[in-house]
Amino acid sequence: MSVTSLNPVVLELDASGLSCPLPILKTRKAIGQLQKGEVLRVLATDHGAQKDIESFCKQTGNALLSTNELEGAYEFLIRKN
Amino acid sequence: MAISEVKNELPNADPQSAEMNDWFEKKFEEEMKKREDAHTPSMAIIATRGTLDWAYPPFILGSTGAALGWDVTIFYTFYGLLLLQKDLNLKVSPLGNPAMPMKMPMGPDWLQKMNIPMPNVFPSIMPGFETTATALMKKTFQNKGVATIEELRELSLEADVKFVACQMTVDVFGFDHSDFIDDVSYAGAASFLPVAQKADVTLFT
Repeated sequence: MSVTSLNPVVLELDASGLSCPLPILKTRKAIGQLQKGEVLRVLATDHGAQKDIESFCKQTGNALLSTNELEGAYEFLIRKN
Repeated sequence: MAISEVKNELPNADPQSAEMNDWFEKKFEEEMKKREDAHTPSMAIIATRGTLDWAYPPFILGSTGAALGWDVTIFYTFYGLLLLQKDLNLKVSPLGNPAMPMKMPMGPDWLQKMNIPMPNVFPSIMPGFETTATALMKKTFQNKGVATIEELRELSLEADVKFVACQMTVDVFGFDHSDFIDDVSYAGAASFLPVAQKADVTLFT
């Protein structure tokens, strides 16, 4: 069973083309719109976002369910805790 | 922790025993972990520069700190006050930044790939030298998807970053509070230092 079938995505954020710190700031805002347990899908092209999103989730206590490298972008699934 | 609680959990322990020692170590770890989890990290930043390039560090770090859930205060002093103006008209001067590795943000591919040391692009006595350098930097940042200073300042305020301006330098440079955005409070060194003392992170930019 895939991550998304267990955790349906309720909000999408496309941060492609944006540089640090915008993907993080926009992710923070998007998570603010979610209820506990809901999942956000973030797309970003900033190479630094891989480490930054992971660190952001750790600091804020949200769960990074998966990180994928798609064609030309990184995809993150984050569950609000 | 009350003595009675210790007696309840370890009724017959000798205070010098290994058992007591282990119990204390475990309890201490638990208490420290509780304290750490309940602690909201905080950051105090001093912003002293008013050029377009140096406007970025305080706003990037401030807004990101707030996004991580930290309490952030930025204290603006000297040329940092320019970052609080209602109408931002920040410029960058390559004169003081001889290492600035800018590339041309426009034109043919071969030109965009070339590294052009900024002071050599235009003779520095040429009128409009600074304006040109500023325009080139803004264009480059825009091409790379970097936020504008206006955007980052707005995002910082939205995330509850506290802005404090140094009243002494406001007076020295002849600014009026009406020159600045509304979300600023005014204070001096004696207000900043206690904030910095309690902060987990302090930065001078």
